[in-house]
Amino acid sequence: MDKKLEPIVKAVQGKFSAKFEEFRNEVHMFVNPDQIVDALTMLRDEHQFELLSALTAVDNYPQTSPRFYVIYQLTSLAQNLSLQLKVPVNGDKPKVPTVTRVYSVANWRERELFDMFGIEVEGHPDPRRILMPDDTEGHPLRRDFPLGYEEPQFTFNFDEIDLRKPYAKE
Amino acid sequence: MSQIEEVTIDQYKHLVSERALTGETMLLNMGPQHPSTHGVLRLLLELDGEIVVNCIPDIGFLHTGIEKNMEAKTYQKAEVMTDRLDYMNTMGNNLAYCMAVEKLVDLDVPARAQALRVILVELQRIASHLVWLGTSGLDLAAMSMFLYCFREREQILDIFELVSGQRMMTTYIRPGGVWRDVPVEFEAAVRDFIKIFPKRIDEYETLLTKNPLFIDRMVDIGYLSKETALSYGVTGPMLRASGVDWDLRKIRPYCGYEQYDFNVPVLTEGDTYARYLVRIQELRESLKIVEQALNKLPLGPVRSDNRKFVPPPRSEIGTSMEALIHHFKLWTEGFSAPDASIYSAIESPRGELGVLLVGDGGPKPRRVHMRTPSFDNLSVISEMVKGYLVADLVAILASTDIVLGDIDR
Amino acid sequence: MGIEQKLGNMGVVTTSLETMVNWSRTNAMWPMLFGLACCAIEMMSAQSSSYDMSRFGMELMRASPRQSDLMIVAGRVSKKMGPVLRRLYDQMPEPKWVIAMGDCASCGGVFNNYAIYQGVDEVVPVDVFVAGCPPRPEALIHGVLTIHEKVKGEKFSDLAVK
Repeated sequence: MDKKLEPIVKAVQGKFSAKFEEFRNEVHMFVNPDQIVDALTMLRDEHQFELLSALTAVDNYPQTSPRFYVIYQLTSLAQNLSLQLKVPVNGDKPKVPTVTRVYSVANWRERELFDMFGIEVEGHPDPRRILMPDDTEGHPLRRDFPLGYEEPQFTFNFDEIDLRKPYAKE
Repeated sequence: MSQIEEVTIDQYKHLVSERALTGETMLLNMGPQHPSTHGVLRLLLELDGEIVVNCIPDIGFLHTGIEKNMEAKTYQKAEVMTDRLDYMNTMGNNLAYCMAVEKLVDLDVPARAQALRVILVELQRIASHLVWLGTSGLDLAAMSMFLYCFREREQILDIFELVSGQRMMTTYIRPGGVWRDVPVEFEAAVRDFIKIFPKRIDEYETLLTKNPLFIDRMVDIGYLSKETALSYGVTGPMLRASGVDWDLRKIRPYCGYEQYDFNVPVLTEGDTYARYLVRIQELRESLKIVEQALNKLPLGPVRSDNRKFVPPPRSEIGTSMEALIHHFKLWTEGFSAPDASIYSAIESPRGELGVLLVGDGGPKPRRVHMRTPSFDNLSVISEMVKGYLVADLVAILASTDIVLGDIDR
Repeated sequence: MGIEQKLGNMGVVTTSLETMVNWSRTNAMWPMLFGLACCAIEMMSAQSSSYDMSRFGMELMRASPRQSDLMIVAGRVSKKMGPVLRRLYDQMPEPKWVIAMGDCASCGGVFNNYAIYQGVDEVVPVDVFVAGCPPRPEALIHGVLTIHEKVKGEKFSDLAVK
């Protein structure tokens, strides 16, 4: 761990009783959903983490608790440090509070989180789908959503796939 | 196939001002097919005459499901999809993904491969900025810029074709190094380009930089302050034109960038003219890096020889049993990565291109997330265009240098 | 300059109306700007100076569908973009032709998933498919010449007013 990061990790651990893990010189801290807004405010104001580089989620499908980990990747320009916060979220009615008041970039990133994973964001000013069409059912990046794979047409099955394929009329 | 949804003002009530609901201002749709939106981007403009009061972008018309598709393929096969994300910076996407895989499985890269990677990625940066310059010129009706810039770009694409066989989607940079060694004509071709390019940049500057029409259209338009930029997660030349000195090549060097001597242009005005000047200066700096890397190109292997992750050359398969077994295992099943997650980022021509790679102990990744710079760079457009004319909106959109493949993934 | 210098004063020329009309249609076919993704960049390269498309009369890329006759679908078509593509195709006046440029427009390409139409002929009827990912500018020009061959072979009885 970077020496400048140690007091910050200790401060977050002390205030939110967060566990942390280290892998390949990166530090990941586990924070609960109700603590995340306070944790980000503290990191932005007191420890100069001005940039929220990435906000996304990981789906551990067969495992249901926690099913999702929402990941906040923070960068500090003044001290040249990186820190990752992981928020475990359960599978049934997943919810996470909005961090738009702390970082404005979260506006679009949280819309993408809802669109792709179905994680509801409480208090978001504009909760609409962003990438998929508005009438889509389901959330594509969940592991139990099918890929939508279409069988390739080779010579042996060319005709039967040809009959099923929806060609356009004039 | 669904129909186009008819849009009513009620859907956007929370985003437009009250004047739109009474009909005092007009809602105009700058649709997905438009010559100036640099791809399939839909903008809903609330206009008071010619002045833009609000701008609501609507994205997703190029959504390809790349992240989900990469979860269904092994690590080697998934690299092919990374090319098609930000199609102006194909070598850079390959590099970001390969660096993430190498960090996850702890794979080393030899020195000659690092130097070749730097040369090709900087040439790709020059090519990307040339397309930006050409299409921006086209938007502002300086049409000859388009023809000049594409002429230089053809020379760079010829170098890529020499090295890998493909002009754009090369997949030349692979985990462990690069695919194969460069042919003997490579050095002559790159030196030829280095010799003619500085004069061409001077030509472009003579045409545009002091041109009073260009200055009228670009100075004091689209101001972006430092605090807004940081809060909206903007990175790259847009951030450097607003006064923040943050370039991942200098501050967190990767691929041996610390050996090369180059400057990072930073300006404080924050308008479109400053972004133009930053990118023109970056063209010169990238050329300096290419020349230094070519002069210092070391000899040696171009790919790691850790056979658990890198397939052996065909010549070894005939004579060695282990080589055959490694070849078989790698091409049928693929290598496995530990059950952990890493984040690694590079500096693309648009900003910070990061990859969050989560392995699950098997040969396919559990999650690949590409943190693309154009997504965040576009989200700040609604702040930048308030109060300007529609013609200025075109200039501001051109200066953000977005690529829709990056945004919609 | 022009036809009288090359061929001399030929007096009265007789030919069939079909040949005349088809010849004039091929010589100034205006493409509609429909670049979606990576193939659009190769289409722009084909328009610029090294591989010039204006020698075929096609340097004018009209963004408006009402003023164009050829639609080059360059790039991948997602499910959100499909209805927009169909509406633009319907707005083009007859006679109109479609080139599907690149692998993604021909058959879905590398992306066999939920978000991309597996071939743009699920949305609009296509005349010529150009393969490649992305196709070289010369391949696109070959596709354009193939459309010219197809148009020269069209008969009025097939396109009779219905």
